[in-house]
Amino acid sequence: MRYSALSLLRNALSGHRSWPVAWRDAAPKPRYDAVIIGGGGHGVGAAYYLAKKYGITNVAVIEKGWIGGGNAGRNTTIIRSNYLYDESAHLYDHAVKLWDGLSQELNYNVMYSKRGVLMLAHNVHDIQSFKRHIHANRLNGVDNEWLTADECKAYCPPLDIAPNARHPVLGGALQRRGGTARHDSVVWGYARGAVAMGVDIIQNCAVTGIRRGPDGAVLGVDTEKGFIGAKKIGVSAAGNTSVVMDMAGLRFPLESYPLQALVSEPVKPIFPCVVMSNTVHAYISQSDKGELVIGAGTDQYVSYSQRGAMHILEHTLAAICEIFPIFTRMRMLRSWAGVVDVTPDRSPILGKTPVPGLYINCGWGTGGFKATPGAADLLAYTIAHDAPNAINAPFTLDRFRTGRFIDEAAAAAVAH
Amino acid sequence: MLLIHCPYCAEDRPEVEFTYGGEAHIARPLDPSTLTDVEWEGYLYLRKNTRGDHAERWRHMHGCARYFNAVRNTVTDRIEVTYKAGEARPPEHVAGDAA
Repeated sequence: MRYSALSLLRNALSGHRSWPVAWRDAAPKPRYDAVIIGGGGHGVGAAYYLAKKYGITNVAVIEKGWIGGGNAGRNTTIIRSNYLYDESAHLYDHAVKLWDGLSQELNYNVMYSKRGVLMLAHNVHDIQSFKRHIHANRLNGVDNEWLTADECKAYCPPLDIAPNARHPVLGGALQRRGGTARHDSVVWGYARGAVAMGVDIIQNCAVTGIRRGPDGAVLGVDTEKGFIGAKKIGVSAAGNTSVVMDMAGLRFPLESYPLQALVSEPVKPIFPCVVMSNTVHAYISQSDKGELVIGAGTDQYVSYSQRGAMHILEHTLAAICEIFPIFTRMRMLRSWAGVVDVTPDRSPILGKTPVPGLYINCGWGTGGFKATPGAADLLAYTIAHDAPNAINAPFTLDRFRTGRFIDEAAAAAVAH
Repeated sequence: MLLIHCPYCAEDRPEVEFTYGGEAHIARPLDPSTLTDVEWEGYLYLRKNTRGDHAERWRHMHGCARYFNAVRNTVTDRIEVTYKAGEARPPEHVAGDAA
């Protein structure tokens, strides 16, 4: 059914007892035209775009847990596209353009809120680096502007801009189109749209092997629910990408780290935007429920445990309390971690692999949520055409052999 | 926070005294000038990223400052064993490393 004010009214009158399920769980068929491994926003979205844009509807999304239960449900929902290099600016801005209008396209409210992302400069290096970003962004048609410390304070009143602060605010870079979205809604909205077009979503079904024919091309996947044939397989498995690619005999330039986040008790609206302080690893916004959503930096070691160490949170909260003294007596409700797959140049890998019929979307590291619609769209394009399009063509796997990095790590000197 | 046994200091110390050094037992090329691009890629960038028992380097930065190796299960984060740099991975801790 189509959601509308009328459907809301009708269901309100019947006590909200007759809403149909938004999407149905499926049992696997023996064969599909394409299989997506990984039911996060990127994977479910790719299935949606395969059906919507390319008419490939005989598609299965295979998820070892439940859809949206991995990094899609564990991030701090920050959306922005103010990356330094041309390739990155085009890639991330492709996603931001898709975020705009996604709720209307899906007929599902993903709650994309363009509340602005403000990146704080605490020292001279930050000022120089951010201004370079601003100029590069504007040349690429990506909005980004410099704010003085007073303008930062006006944009985000809880900020402490006292000159003797522990982390003095010397200014900031503001991307007004940046903001947040409701993470679960993105996955559920894509799932509802995909299933309506014939896509099967298969949950609680881990992939245990990738079968290849004598010519090396993929034949399908072995799963906990049996063999599923497919000539095309898209892998969108985030932190577990190395595990999945190992099944195809491929080694990847990835390491998986825990990335922690936490939320406070809910309070009335106080925080109007997203503030990032890359230098001290503190990322904060307020959800529509009223919780302060706070992100930390990664733990230092490879881990799949989906939990991290307390001293990382302590470091982040110390920075938050210094920058926003008004929050020193807030109580934190819960913390968790996602497992993020990090490449050596901190840019994603999105395209073909050496195995015919096997396509990869990985390496988004600490910043994959913002790219959800873009990565999904480009993975679908690459699978449908057996070739990347101009936006994701630079994000090859072989750039670690040729040296054609997209070195966003060196550009910003922090993890994103 | 991990509690890590430094094999040089023979002490269990908190993780904040240590820095991580990535995958262990990656041998530096003996003759770098003869390496192909594929071999450089493997040496510099390709990693096992093991889900399971993972041999890795740690440095006791705020202690003896020496590098050593550990086998840690990356699903439970339990450190199975630590051993000095240059020593082989203990054979009883090799199983489980699928990659």
